[in-house]
Amino acid sequence: MTVQGKVVGVYGNMISVAFDGNVQMNEVAYVVLGDKKLKSEVIRIRGKQAEMQIFEISKGIGIGNPVEFSDDLLSSTVGPGLLGQIYDGLQNPLPRLAEQCGFFLERGVYLDPLPGDKKWEFTPHARPGVRLTRGEVLGSVPEGIFTHKIMVPFNLHASYTVKKIAPKGNYTIHDIIAELEDQHGKSVSVAMSFNWPVKRAVDAYAERLKPVDTLVTQIRIIDTLFPVCRGGTYCIPGPFGSGKTVLQQLISRYADIDIVIIAACGERAGEVVETLREFPKLPDPRTGRTLMERTIIICNTSSMPVAAREASVYTAVTLGEYYRQMGLNVLLLADSTSRWAQAMREMSGRLEEIPGEEAFPAYLESVIAAFYERSGMVRNKDGSIGSITIGGTISPAGGNFEEPVTQATLKVVGAFHGLSRERSDARRYPAIHPLESWSKYNGIVDRKKVKFARDVLFRSDEVAQMMKVVGEEGTSLDDFIAYLKGEFFDAVFLQQNAFDPVDASTPRERQHYVFEKLLQILVAILKMPDKDDARSFFNQMRQKFLDWNGTEMNTDEFRSIESELMNMLRSREVEQLDKIYDSQEKSGEGDAKNLPHHQ
Amino acid sequence: MRKIYRTISEISGNVISVYAEGIKYGELAEITSAHGKSLAEVIRLERGKVSLQVFAGGRGISTGDEVRFSSSPMKVSFSDDLLGRIFDGKGYPRDNGPHLSENLIEIGGPSVNPAKRIIPRNMIRTGIPMIDLFNTLVESQKLPIFSISGEPYNELLARIAMQAEVDMIILGGCGLKYDDYLFFRDTLEAGGSLGRSILFVHTAADPVVECLMVPDISLAVAEKFALKGKRILVLITDMTNFSDAMKEIAITMERVPSNRGYPGDLYSQLAARYEKAVDFEGAGSITILAVTTMPGDDVTHPIPDNTGYITEGQFYLRHGRIEPFGSLSRLKQLVNAKTRGDHRALMDGMIKLYASYKETLEKKSMGFKMSAWDEKLLQYGVLFEDELMDLSVNIPLEKALDKGWVILAECFTPEETGLRTELLNRFWPIKEAP
Repeated sequence: MTVQGKVVGVYGNMISVAFDGNVQMNEVAYVVLGDKKLKSEVIRIRGKQAEMQIFEISKGIGIGNPVEFSDDLLSSTVGPGLLGQIYDGLQNPLPRLAEQCGFFLERGVYLDPLPGDKKWEFTPHARPGVRLTRGEVLGSVPEGIFTHKIMVPFNLHASYTVKKIAPKGNYTIHDIIAELEDQHGKSVSVAMSFNWPVKRAVDAYAERLKPVDTLVTQIRIIDTLFPVCRGGTYCIPGPFGSGKTVLQQLISRYADIDIVIIAACGERAGEVVETLREFPKLPDPRTGRTLMERTIIICNTSSMPVAAREASVYTAVTLGEYYRQMGLNVLLLADSTSRWAQAMREMSGRLEEIPGEEAFPAYLESVIAAFYERSGMVRNKDGSIGSITIGGTISPAGGNFEEPVTQATLKVVGAFHGLSRERSDARRYPAIHPLESWSKYNGIVDRKKVKFARDVLFRSDEVAQMMKVVGEEGTSLDDFIAYLKGEFFDAVFLQQNAFDPVDASTPRERQHYVFEKLLQILVAILKMPDKDDARSFFNQMRQKFLDWNGTEMNTDEFRSIESELMNMLRSREVEQLDKIYDSQEKSGEGDAKNLPHHQ
Repeated sequence: MRKIYRTISEISGNVISVYAEGIKYGELAEITSAHGKSLAEVIRLERGKVSLQVFAGGRGISTGDEVRFSSSPMKVSFSDDLLGRIFDGKGYPRDNGPHLSENLIEIGGPSVNPAKRIIPRNMIRTGIPMIDLFNTLVESQKLPIFSISGEPYNELLARIAMQAEVDMIILGGCGLKYDDYLFFRDTLEAGGSLGRSILFVHTAADPVVECLMVPDISLAVAEKFALKGKRILVLITDMTNFSDAMKEIAITMERVPSNRGYPGDLYSQLAARYEKAVDFEGAGSITILAVTTMPGDDVTHPIPDNTGYITEGQFYLRHGRIEPFGSLSRLKQLVNAKTRGDHRALMDGMIKLYASYKETLEKKSMGFKMSAWDEKLLQYGVLFEDELMDLSVNIPLEKALDKGWVILAECFTPEETGLRTELLNRFWPIKEAP
């Protein structure tokens, strides 16, 4: 008999329930309202009263409504069939919900996350008699382009002997595919799907490894200057309108990764819709199938109930961890973690907890850290290597990075892609600030060369600041050229046109190639009679280079523009300081003295 | 059966508390006091205690007044009879027309299933180049107009109400000055647009709780019309008053304030309204334009800040013009590829040059020598401001694009514009021989 309770208070999305018996923290309970049952989660227990956050609109709930406790924690269902799904924060499949309820999200309707009648072609791998522990492989089914491993459920903590395993054939996710027996002779039946509590990290792997491989996103400024690693973490804070979401969308499209999980957490529905409607049509460059086949969308947009928003990032990371156990590389994009933090703040406020900075709860930092720590590269028990990379956007209040969510996140991530209002106002996209951002990971270009290029930017910025005070006529020609070089680098390499079919994504080889050519221009000592001439030279170069960026690599046009560019350079070049960046090794950050002098 | 109670145990600001049984969260009640009747809404249940926000305010309410619960949440009448009418925040007539009470619909309903949304695809033409050319308004978009007090934002809204190519206009006024209300009424009437409009107006003199209802009522009605296939533009002025009303109630309810006194759920509350903007597949659409006055011209103030994160871009109104910097229609890319081949490139190119003009202007004001390039920019900036930015310019998009090219050709050589060679070949105006 499950525990029963009665509603004794309603305040926004928090309800108070008086109960008899025992309830668990974070247990799921249902408020019975007429013929509907509304899902909620216990978030505080005091004596015989529990405070619960309700995952639905609370309108119409009254004192005395019965509450049924479920004895389960908030869980996700994992198994074959997750790919290509669109879920809300509680893993309710939205398209099937729409078939049932029409345009609007009717409350109290919960559907099975995975289709129960679909048959999967199961191939057994484990033989009867072998001993297995959780996370070890029983068999596999094909799921789209992947081999989906069927594992011993992660919630079975003992060591088991396989007694029986189903022969090769077609099964639904509910069919029993194996009988296991633990040391004490207790037997367990296993199907292809099982539940895992979302707020606990999946740890059924052998060991956690250090992330080393660059995750190529095809965004030049990221891969070359501020790279991300498979199994690493990064954050994108930025004021509104600075292009966070567009950047996340681009990464979800072009990143070199097996599975992308998009957690649209408390953001606009319109943005999810773009992904939702376009991904089924876009081809995945690696496999030729559609992008949707490697994507899971968890979508709890801003007007959907707040409590479910808090759950959505956990649901997303749980699904990611499940696929990581199969040796796949997963990228989790959480947009936006600030909305998730706000959901926590809202609940904390209703619970009348003592507020921390900006009324965020005192546990904000530890919760954020624990979430990002669920990323990582692991070696599984069968030797396969899998990873989850977590990229979270942050929407800092007032665009001020000093606020609690940004600061708590910066402490735990490996790369920081700070977006700037200045750059987005000037339409310099992606608006990642090239001077303030950082990354601790290895990129695709030699670090020394990257450092040289960044120094050019620092120098250019210095001159630009100086020019604001002394004006153009007070600036020496050398300085002015240094300034133009930085601007040029910015315009043709760091900025990328997301709407141009070619320029939108730059593969690793092309980035290498273009960056080398660009370096030749940046190191060149140029002969210019005056500033107007210098400006017009760089304008022409920029024009040419942008045309080049829009040209398919290794075509005749590509080569012809390239030679035009190099001819233009040679016509002005006095001397090229080869390998200048090698001598940069010992110099300090942003030290301009080692840059070439102009004549 | 209606439940009636005659003992009010607490009155604090606009919130009263009654000990009552069987009351539902969100239920509506009617309070009869010596000063007349008022509606009230249940906003908290705590054991036997029921807290209600009183629409007409707590002033003059006696502990012995009668509270009559209606057993249903707030509703508004919906039919074609609403067209051309003006109501207050409760949905009661403000003009001299009849009271409507048929076909009641609930307000503040559930949100649209994201899986049923479609990608916005239609532009809404307004005849204002700063919108059509540079920040195209798209059907189902939600955009705020960030402005400071004193800017002509209501004039702008009225012009959009008259010029926008949509089926219906719903205007929600939150805390409008009475003069402004009359201005809207008269302008729409004179412009012949009142017939396709519905106005829900809360004036500054009305009780503050009613202000909270205006967006919900306007959007509930819009939603019903949209489901019937109408393309609707909802104009709201001013969301700052709405947010301040919310703050007032939150503080009265002793909620922990998060930022400058605003409740922690300000974002979610604003989002619940703005997210009503939608394009229904196989039916109509809702587009929202809402004025947000920025206290102290500070865009980092919680109201504009939270709004900016919710909406799909924003218009900045400054010095009587829509500022090109900061103003952004995030959905414009979805439609401006289909208008004309040069639309996107010209839009970006002209803004980049205008940014350079602003820098030059700054240098000039500091007394630096102007280079030949600076002189060109100065000429460009002035032309741009006069011929495209001015809000009184009312021309279709295609004319605005042509004008853009003419301005560029007047000031620059083709390669100075930074535009792609292929476009320059196609659109650069050939100067007639002198």
